[in-house]
Amino acid sequence: MFAFVVRRVLVGFIMLFVMSLVTYLLFFAAPTDPARFTCGKNCTPELVEQNRKALGYDKPVLVQYVDFVKGVFTGREYPDDPEVAKTAPQTVVHCPAPCLGYSPLMSQNVTSLLASKLPVTASLAIMAFIFWMVLGVSGGVVAALNRGRFLDRALVGTALVFYAFPTFFIGLWLYIYVAIKWQLTPVPVYTPLTQDPAAWLAGLFLPSLTLALIFIASYVRITRAFVLETLGEDYLRTAQAKGLEKRKILTKHTMRASLTPITTVAGIDLGVLLAGAIITETVFNYDGLGKLAVQAATTFDLPTMVGIVILSAFFIITANIIVDVLYAYIDPRVKYS
Amino acid sequence: MTTTVSEQTPSGSPPSTPLLSVRDLRVRFPTEDGIVKAVDGLSFELQQGEILGIVGESGSGKSVTSQAIMGLYRGTRAEINGMITLDGVDLLTLRDEELRKRRGEDIAMIFQDPLSALHPYYTVGNQIMEAYCVHHDVPKQAAREKTIEMLERVGIPSPAKRIDQYPHEFSGGMRQRAMIAMALINNPRLIIADEPTTALDVTVQAQILELLVSLQQEFNSSIIIITHDLGVVAEMANDILVMYAGRAVERGSADALFYAPEHPYTWGLLSSMPRMDRLRLERLKPIRGNPPSLISPPSGCTFHPRCDYRDDARLGCSRIVPEFDASSPHPVRCLIDPDDRKTIFETDIRPSL
Repeated sequence: MFAFVVRRVLVGFIMLFVMSLVTYLLFFAAPTDPARFTCGKNCTPELVEQNRKALGYDKPVLVQYVDFVKGVFTGREYPDDPEVAKTAPQTVVHCPAPCLGYSPLMSQNVTSLLASKLPVTASLAIMAFIFWMVLGVSGGVVAALNRGRFLDRALVGTALVFYAFPTFFIGLWLYIYVAIKWQLTPVPVYTPLTQDPAAWLAGLFLPSLTLALIFIASYVRITRAFVLETLGEDYLRTAQAKGLEKRKILTKHTMRASLTPITTVAGIDLGVLLAGAIITETVFNYDGLGKLAVQAATTFDLPTMVGIVILSAFFIITANIIVDVLYAYIDPRVKYS
Repeated sequence: MTTTVSEQTPSGSPPSTPLLSVRDLRVRFPTEDGIVKAVDGLSFELQQGEILGIVGESGSGKSVTSQAIMGLYRGTRAEINGMITLDGVDLLTLRDEELRKRRGEDIAMIFQDPLSALHPYYTVGNQIMEAYCVHHDVPKQAAREKTIEMLERVGIPSPAKRIDQYPHEFSGGMRQRAMIAMALINNPRLIIADEPTTALDVTVQAQILELLVSLQQEFNSSIIIITHDLGVVAEMANDILVMYAGRAVERGSADALFYAPEHPYTWGLLSSMPRMDRLRLERLKPIRGNPPSLISPPSGCTFHPRCDYRDDARLGCSRIVPEFDASSPHPVRCLIDPDDRKTIFETDIRPSL
């Protein structure tokens, strides 16, 4: 198993490199001059030129990429010119390792920018995960066990309805009615966990519920499908023939077999979600990676975009590795190949 | 009720009450196309220590019968009528919990495909110990020792190692042996083997059957072996029950059924068996026609559309349902006169077998 994990991690690194390279190439394939977007409103041609040199946009694309990769490991300076460092050291920006770039629009190193937004997204993702796993999976199990009856149809029907609603609609509706009009919950504002745990939880409730609703809908359906499939298996008949109690057949034999594929799907969904929930964060005005991604895209903030892509790729790759290991661990038929 | 003289008479006093008695069993499944009459009036008895073979083609109701005896249709939409008596207790009237206690302990079942019948996520040992622990309140170590002992008895090498392996790590024959160990670990009075060798190669098949016979002798349990393979019952069974379209059509000792069968369906089955030990003189003779629909079975004798010897005008094969006297030593569900049947067999069927 160790060899398997090591191999997957190495492949993961390679994939990250490839992703960052592709991102770089894509951005330079765009017919815009990234240097023009480095200074916001008060842009003069001289400032653009200065920034171009400082950020290295005048160098060939591949040289830029190599500098970028070097910077990830060793840290970097903007501008990377020893003369400027001597003459005007206060204009030099130091970007410590791991340096994912410097965003002049945000006036921050990308790494620290991402690090400040990550807790918000992570909190949202994890709360949503808890919501959808608890409600979605149990809903699916109940639906499967009551197949064909009213409860089943009601659950699946409700799930379908929520699936059809766009996230921004659900989010806005909850915000306006639940938080403001009916005042059932306090107005959702993000409070860091370290500052006030209770407020953190309260502030997370509505947005993570919004995020979770779509997932709950699909998890009810897939859990129901997995459980129904397992219920038709021969080994359940054997368990019954042995004289096992119904409850034990359900928990030990049925649930374990049907929930295994769900955990793997859930792991990947969580990994994807950690990369940012764009719509939910925008609706509730939570400063997470999703909101940052939208901002970076609309302002052509190249370094930030590259940073977000790499971070997202990192989460997804890691989630995939964990899910693969988990699956092989739970299902003895699967071998580490 | 007279008992048949079989090669392996149970030791001790002659049995008075049969171990298992099935009376007029009817199992019906409501479906969208209609009601499927899977079993339509089946009656038979089984003595302690006896091996009964139930043969029939697919759809004859053999597996449905065995699952109805185990009570595996409880809670489903199947409608079951009749009487199934085990040791004097009618299983159909028992409460769910009472029947559950008997499953695995008094009656055990061996299924057809051991790979799908065993849970892939748990070790073989875990599953066998589970079968034991459901009915015996013993510490885990004792259950483990008993399981290893059982695995050894069924002929699995290195049982102490194998007990912690998963089903997919076993070969087909070993898996079936493990299933047999699981069925026998509680020393049940009745074992129902539902096509236990169908999924195995022929050589392994012989070993498994041999194992079943030796275990049956050791534990003095009764076995119902369900199969579509006449060779298997010839090997094992004392008595054979032939089923067609949810009913019994003939029952007799193995000798009687192979050397003096009296039902046209049984003749058909025997004629359609390819013989490797004889010269091939003619073509293989299958039973003409197709298996009957169980939703709307043929009127009168259900076999009549496929019977070469039907005589509607004289006997009324399409109108009258022949009787089956379960208490006679060799009952036959046929309208043809018994003497005529014997004659037909001697002249027509026997020479070509």
